[in-house]
Amino acid sequence: MDGPFVTALDLILRADSVLMQIIGLSLRVTLSAVAIACLIGLPLGAGLALTRFPGRGAVIVLFNALMGLPPVVAGLAVYLLLSRSGPLGALDLLFTPSAMILAQTVLILPIVVSLTRSVVEDLWTEYGDQLLSLGADRARAMPTLLWDGRVSLLTGVLAGFGRASAEVGAVLIVGGNIAGHTRTMTTAITLETTRGNLDLAIALGIVLLGLTLTLNALAWSIGQWARVQLG
Amino acid sequence: MSRSCLPLTLDKVSFVASGTALLSDLSLTIAPMRRLIVMGANGAGKSVLLRLCHGLLDPSSGRRIWANGEARAQQQAMVFQRPVLLRRSVAANLDYPLAVAGLSRAARRARVEQTLARFGLERISDQPARQLSGGQQQRLALARAWSVSPQILFLDEPTAALDPYATRVIEEMILQFAEEGITIMMSTHDLGQARRLAQDVAFLHRGQLLEHRPAAEFLEAPQTREARAFLSGDLIW
Amino acid sequence: MMMRAFGHVLAFCAAMLTPTTLTAQEWITLSSTTSVENSGLFDHVLPIFTRDTGIEVRVVTQGTGQALETARRGDADVVLVHARELEEQFVAEGYGVARHDVMSNEFVIIGPATDPANLREARTAAEAMRSIAQARLRFVSRGDDSGTHIAEQRLWAEAGIVPVGRQYLSTGSGMGAALNIAVQLDAHVLSDRGTWLSFANRGDHDILFEGDPALFNPYGIILVNPDRHPHVRAAEGRVFIDWMLSPAGQEAIGGFRIGPSRPFIPVRREAR
Repeated sequence: MDGPFVTALDLILRADSVLMQIIGLSLRVTLSAVAIACLIGLPLGAGLALTRFPGRGAVIVLFNALMGLPPVVAGLAVYLLLSRSGPLGALDLLFTPSAMILAQTVLILPIVVSLTRSVVEDLWTEYGDQLLSLGADRARAMPTLLWDGRVSLLTGVLAGFGRASAEVGAVLIVGGNIAGHTRTMTTAITLETTRGNLDLAIALGIVLLGLTLTLNALAWSIGQWARVQLG
Repeated sequence: MSRSCLPLTLDKVSFVASGTALLSDLSLTIAPMRRLIVMGANGAGKSVLLRLCHGLLDPSSGRRIWANGEARAQQQAMVFQRPVLLRRSVAANLDYPLAVAGLSRAARRARVEQTLARFGLERISDQPARQLSGGQQQRLALARAWSVSPQILFLDEPTAALDPYATRVIEEMILQFAEEGITIMMSTHDLGQARRLAQDVAFLHRGQLLEHRPAAEFLEAPQTREARAFLSGDLIW
Repeated sequence: MMMRAFGHVLAFCAAMLTPTTLTAQEWITLSSTTSVENSGLFDHVLPIFTRDTGIEVRVVTQGTGQALETARRGDADVVLVHARELEEQFVAEGYGVARHDVMSNEFVIIGPATDPANLREARTAAEAMRSIAQARLRFVSRGDDSGTHIAEQRLWAEAGIVPVGRQYLSTGSGMGAALNIAVQLDAHVLSDRGTWLSFANRGDHDILFEGDPALFNPYGIILVNPDRHPHVRAAEGRVFIDWMLSPAGQEAIGGFRIGPSRPFIPVRREAR
């Protein structure tokens, strides 16, 4: 195994253009998906936490369950949606990075919604009376609680990022693993492994592992810092 | 400024939670510019009464009437036993209720600076509020309450979790607020504190208002058996 | 204010989802098979085509069955696969315009270099398959309706054997993945020559049988029918197919080498 590892490190140290292109696309897709999931999921989760309506319990259970949605199922659903023979076929999005962003958003959104709901619900128990006393109603309290729960929420968002950047099933189905176009780290690892071409696969594996480690270290440090700084 | 929201009148107010009457048939008028201390044993209903006056709770029956006819008075504030400070700087905590009230950015900045100066908080204005000591946190909570220019300030055992020094500081702040014309309605089960702060006393027992009289009269010559027992430190059930 | 914020959110999402590759460059989606992709042929041929015509070819790699299904749904413009009967059916059903022979290679039987079933002695492919079955040795099948899988089933039928039992592993995976499994499990496997030649992780495996005409593996190229799917990039797709069949394309295919070997034989004689 000496050979592939050395080549892999060489690819990384030389900042090999194919490798960089794949990493760049992976980050672009996953970060976009995280951003969209947050834009939708944070208000939605906070809304679920602070409102009461018939069927609320069912919605909460649904989002909790969707956190365990297998990526391939999400991929298949988005594939059927975006396929030319599907309802959104005219958008011509299948086998594009946009399709992959959409699929990963579907994967991350339940995590963001469920976590936000639970964080905001807990905060409301603590803050509710005080905020009402200060004149904030529940709608006004939403951004307040989201901001005050920012550290806990960040952990959840990073969990979502981790799930999206590690998954291969959804992006493979809706992206098609097209070289230079929709090939991400995980789909490239799959392909290169099946080619018996382990150098690039290992290099990408190392990068992915490093990314995950960095993110977790970051999350942990922010948590520590926040405990000291924000109380 | 709109006309005064005081006096606040409670007319035969009851509050029932999960089948238990926490306040029953309570009538009370809170006069402006007075320091009213609500006394009573734990569970007598002091906290519920304050929250109901403040508008956090609504009466199950009876009426809560502000003098200016508002459903919930704008110019009021409340300080809790444990202040809930936002996970932000001291200055941002002062800014928050002003932003909620819809003040302009410039007006907010001016008011925050005024408040910081008034309470000697400039030095710590950028510090995270949650890092402050318990006494400082409560001081900040009072400053935050003051900053919205309330006509009446409700305080729910504001010093129960504080040491004697911090308690003194808070009591002095409350007396200053009263001198500035803010009506005070505060609960405590600390007799010494009541002696130091009260002009009027409302005595609650099991959700009922048994006495509401000037403090001197109440403390020297309580008229009910329950109040006498409470003041002498006996447990009554 | 809520509505305006919501509008911003929508605009942001739309911006994120808008393809950033809305360049002047034309492109087509080619649905093709793992055996071609894994061999590296596209890496050699497609840059030449793009340089000559300015049309980018985006290859989605699947087994032949799935590749045709993708095209049936209208999600590809051109298919390049290797299962003649399925291809002819695809055209007959109206999904494809016409099928053109474009190139061929051959299947080979891969196994442990020690050759426990004496495949090197076999005279025909069917005999070789029979030897594997009779020796009760492991065989890894693609099991994914790919062209290779279909060819394998035809060989079993010619050998008069129904492949079942614990030694027959239907993996449902691409060509390279199946080779990986076979190498790890000391098993036999049917592969196209190109994928095997480019496969880097061979272990102690080797080609044990080759050369029978029954192992001939023709590839067809088909334009998805624009009458069926009007959005198909038919003009660019035709340019690609014409180029692949032209002397330039044929020479590009013939010029693809793995070491000393030429894994794909172009149909034009002069390009061979």
